[in-house]
Amino acid sequence: MRYAETGFNLEIDLSRGNIERVETDPRDTELYLGGLGTNAKILWDRVPPEVDPFSPDNLLIFATGLLCGTPATGCNRTIVSTISPQTLLMAFSMMGGFWAPELKYAGYDKVIIRGKSPDLVYLWINNDKVEIRDASHLQGKGAIKTAELIQEELKEPKAQVASIGLAGENRVYMASIEQGRSSASRLGIGAVMGDKGLKAIAVRGTKDINIARPAEFIGLCNEVLQYIKVREEKPIPGVMPILAGLGSPQEMKVHDEAWHTQNFMWGNARTRRKDFWNKEVEEKWTETLENSRTRLISCYNCPMKCGATLSVPGLPTYMMKCFSKLTYTMAAYSDLDFGFRIAQRATEYGVDGFSTPQVMAFAIELYENGILTDDDMPGMPSDNEGRFYWLLDRIVRREGIGDVLANGTYWAAKEIGRGAEAYAHNNIKKHEQLPLKLSMLNPVYFLMYATGEKINITQIEGQFPQAPFATMEEREDFVKDWIQIPDEKFKQYLLDWEFRGEHSNPYYPTVQMSCEIVDWQETMHYIDDALGMCAGLSSFPLKPPYHIHNYPKFISSGAGIDMDEAKLWKAAKRYRTLVRANNIRRGMRRKDEKPPENHWKKRFPDLEKELLDTYYKFKGWNTQGIPTKESLNELGLDYVFEDFEKRGVYSDNGDTPSKETSEENEKKQSGGSEP
Amino acid sequence: MKGDKEKKIIKTIKIDADKCNGCRACEVICSAFHSEPKYSSNNPARSRIRVIRDPLRDIYIPVYAGEYTPAECMGRDKYVIDGKEYDECAFCRASCPSRDIFKEPDSGLPLKCDMCESDPDLEEPLCVQWCLNDALIYEEREEEVEEEEEQEELEIGLEALADKFGLDKIMDTVARMSVKE
Repeated sequence: MRYAETGFNLEIDLSRGNIERVETDPRDTELYLGGLGTNAKILWDRVPPEVDPFSPDNLLIFATGLLCGTPATGCNRTIVSTISPQTLLMAFSMMGGFWAPELKYAGYDKVIIRGKSPDLVYLWINNDKVEIRDASHLQGKGAIKTAELIQEELKEPKAQVASIGLAGENRVYMASIEQGRSSASRLGIGAVMGDKGLKAIAVRGTKDINIARPAEFIGLCNEVLQYIKVREEKPIPGVMPILAGLGSPQEMKVHDEAWHTQNFMWGNARTRRKDFWNKEVEEKWTETLENSRTRLISCYNCPMKCGATLSVPGLPTYMMKCFSKLTYTMAAYSDLDFGFRIAQRATEYGVDGFSTPQVMAFAIELYENGILTDDDMPGMPSDNEGRFYWLLDRIVRREGIGDVLANGTYWAAKEIGRGAEAYAHNNIKKHEQLPLKLSMLNPVYFLMYATGEKINITQIEGQFPQAPFATMEEREDFVKDWIQIPDEKFKQYLLDWEFRGEHSNPYYPTVQMSCEIVDWQETMHYIDDALGMCAGLSSFPLKPPYHIHNYPKFISSGAGIDMDEAKLWKAAKRYRTLVRANNIRRGMRRKDEKPPENHWKKRFPDLEKELLDTYYKFKGWNTQGIPTKESLNELGLDYVFEDFEKRGVYSDNGDTPSKETSEENEKKQSGGSEP
Repeated sequence: MKGDKEKKIIKTIKIDADKCNGCRACEVICSAFHSEPKYSSNNPARSRIRVIRDPLRDIYIPVYAGEYTPAECMGRDKYVIDGKEYDECAFCRASCPSRDIFKEPDSGLPLKCDMCESDPDLEEPLCVQWCLNDALIYEEREEEVEEEEEQEELEIGLEALADKFGLDKIMDTVARMSVKE
């Protein structure tokens, strides 16, 4: 019997309309766990670098994590992996919600989509019955509306639906996959789903998930619940409120937005408004939130309340979480009411709440600087808010300038030319980043930004405080119950960390310490992404309930896989390396690994070089960031080495440019038509 | 027949639906606890508590499985509270032919909440313990009830018929029926 996992994947070929239930190899679970880990292996095996994102041979994998569907609190993530049209690298966006556990209960660990349907379809998975159904009547429908209509027509209100909106159908590079209160938004995976002609996947399951050693496993679950209770009653003092508790940042709960609005940048990641927050703003925004928010809500099997149902007067109800609360507001220099209103439309269209506002702010900036003109923007309203709605409508329909902007700031700037590239200033690996511009280089963050392959800082940071504590007393207080650390030395790193002087940024934490901190933080995220655990209860917050010391026990007793800390660390390193291998094979090199030029005002080129050199070595990568023969061998990834050798990867230092046109653009140039 | 007074423990789960965050942890732990051996599997479709959810309409009501009933009600009820219209029979606890909740998914056998009866007793039912948002609160109180001798089902039925038709008529009918057979 298989425990925690079901041992079966669904293979769907949309070109041929073929559906297969395929048993998986339990040895792969031991080596790569599940979720992101086994996704990376499948993409390595089946999607060679010649396959473009919009090729029928690209796979779109909806995976559950290894422990999804077990009673482990907060383990509910769906990990969606494919090749991104925006970065041309491996994408692994994730979403919480209720979809992954439902798929497990239906009897599957993953749904692997290949091919392309000639007509728009949706997939209906009801335990053993799986159908590809016509979705022509859902064409152009909003993502949330689509889910509702599907539940109605199936007469199955308990079905969980992941769907795309108009943006995904039109292959907009920032298209998301929406699922009630959650979404897998980054890296354009909704565009791949749309390209495959797949509008939605609805799933309903009523089968059991088995546990290998029940008494031990439930004991661990109870410990975690108890810890959450205690931890929530004792927020961490001396850090900003959103870092004091558990969960993803409690944006839907709080009214005080002084920190975000005065520290993050407004517009196209441009302007810091240090005096923005005042009593009047606070009163107005509080009223907006109070009048819109009907309830704070959670994902499956989690006591946190990171999301909210929003019923903005006069608009259909939708759900929101985290920082999407402010992204539209701040990009448009507007207020919270505008942010909530445009986010409703954007959620139905199905677009990423991080990239989309930035793309629109970028367009406005180009217009204000004469790079885009009235000829490019016929009929654009004159007021800022009106312009944002106008741009959003055009982007998701790929109309006029919207067709260019729909490829994100990196590709749009290349296509527009005339100096537009200077305005696409906030990207890493061709992908828009959080609007943060800071003063002093932070060595830990430098490494995370540079080498993170999720290409999103929130998906690699966590665990270690973002800044030192002011007094020794506070530091000692913090480290005394810091049980999550993999090694005692991290306590000393924190105790010695100062705001000023010898032991402060950028030279402290030292290069070596920075490598160790980043490696720990990243490893925890990778473990979460394979188990399906929400980062909000694990890798993201300070002092989380899940950590390197209890995870092996969860895996041993839950999945029946013999696991200890060293073995788990190695497994995470194995599939983390495999993610990198996928990207290396697609041309990613050292030159791509850099934070935006203006992320910090004070930069230190020599130190940065030393950081990257040392970290690469620490990870077992060569100076180009390519995993070495020795490190691949140690991880049992000799097949990666063989492929690298065959392709001449080691002799390619990245001077030969990797593919530098977007797929949409290429189609236009070759006069290609819609598939 | 009237008996002596006796003390009885009334077990109640107070459901504060306003506090429900919709996470369904109650369903997870209920189905895990009632699996055999305990916690060896879980499956919300087997849970004896269900959260009736309709997120876009802000409807979240945890409902416990009550008594099995072989027949549907003659009519259905529908509640509208604070402008929110609830599904037919949403608040009903019965495992009943009109709907699929509170039945084992494979056998169709009815499910009923047993307040996590176990030996030794749990402090509180597990759904309550796992609800950190306090949407489910366990309460116990002692009530004095008059001890009544339990009537058999048939006796209750016959008594009702006798009230309606008179005892003589019932006896005649029974005699006639036994001859026919």
